[in-house]
Amino acid sequence: MNWGSLENFLAMGGYGFYVWGSYLVTFGLLIVELTLLAQRKRRLLGQLRARAGVEREGA
Amino acid sequence: MAFNWFKYSSPQTFFPLAEKLALGFGAAALLACAAGLYIGFFVAPTDAQQGEAYRIIFIHVPAAWMSMFLYIVMACWAGLGLVFNTRLSGMMASAIAPTGALFTFLALWTGSLWGKPTWGTWWVWDARLTSELILLFLYFGFMALQAAIDDPRRADKAGAVLALVGAVNIPIIYFSVKWWNTLHQGASVSFTKAPTMAATMFAGMIVMALGFWFYSIAVALLRARCIMLERERTADWAIQYSRGIA
Repeated sequence: MNWGSLENFLAMGGYGFYVWGSYLVTFGLLIVELTLLAQRKRRLLGQLRARAGVEREGA
Repeated sequence: MAFNWFKYSSPQTFFPLAEKLALGFGAAALLACAAGLYIGFFVAPTDAQQGEAYRIIFIHVPAAWMSMFLYIVMACWAGLGLVFNTRLSGMMASAIAPTGALFTFLALWTGSLWGKPTWGTWWVWDARLTSELILLFLYFGFMALQAAIDDPRRADKAGAVLALVGAVNIPIIYFSVKWWNTLHQGASVSFTKAPTMAATMFAGMIVMALGFWFYSIAVALLRARCIMLERERTADWAIQYSRGIA
């Protein structure tokens, strides 16, 4: 498949809105899911460390 | 030589293994998605009937497959949890649900963007679309039910019952295009006959489906690790892990 130019590629034969609207939302949401998971893990580790610190001081 | 299958059913032993597996599957997902996008946009030819709009197929069909497949895997873990009462099973079922819901939403979203230029409408209440929407609500119901119950073991049991009962929707989605008159086209790929599409189109779809599959495994494992830390936050191994990584 040879698109000829970037404009042709982006235009997708007049269906650019539908095609790119599908692909951008799909890969965008996959990246959002990964980001949310990374945040969740960072927050969890912070809580665990805080708890461990409190227990050490209390002992 | 005896292999203890239940060894990895304890969160403590599964936790480090899950990270290694997630990294491997994540790398495989990246490669497969890159290859799938390349085939989908630069190798596969223009469709004679639908022009370039058909290229949505390379994410729509894999997302729809994943939405159903992940539900089956989730229901299997949930069922295993009910039968063997292993802690890990319920965690895996909970870890899969959000990703399953995401792929269900994406199947509906990309389907809508494909329906507008080809059918002239974003949405119709026909059997395939409606049963897929019900699948989205089943995932939401599973997550809401689990979130509403404080005790994780009881949440797992309640969720498992919902997941197993809801599994009846999966064959309904799959066969809906045969059982009812619907706007949605029949399966281009089936278990019984050769695919009714160009070989390169078929290849792009399969490679992309592999990419989504690897992605789902990697993300489910990463989420399972978070769930393990949450549920076992008072256990020594979890606290030691949080210190070791600082």
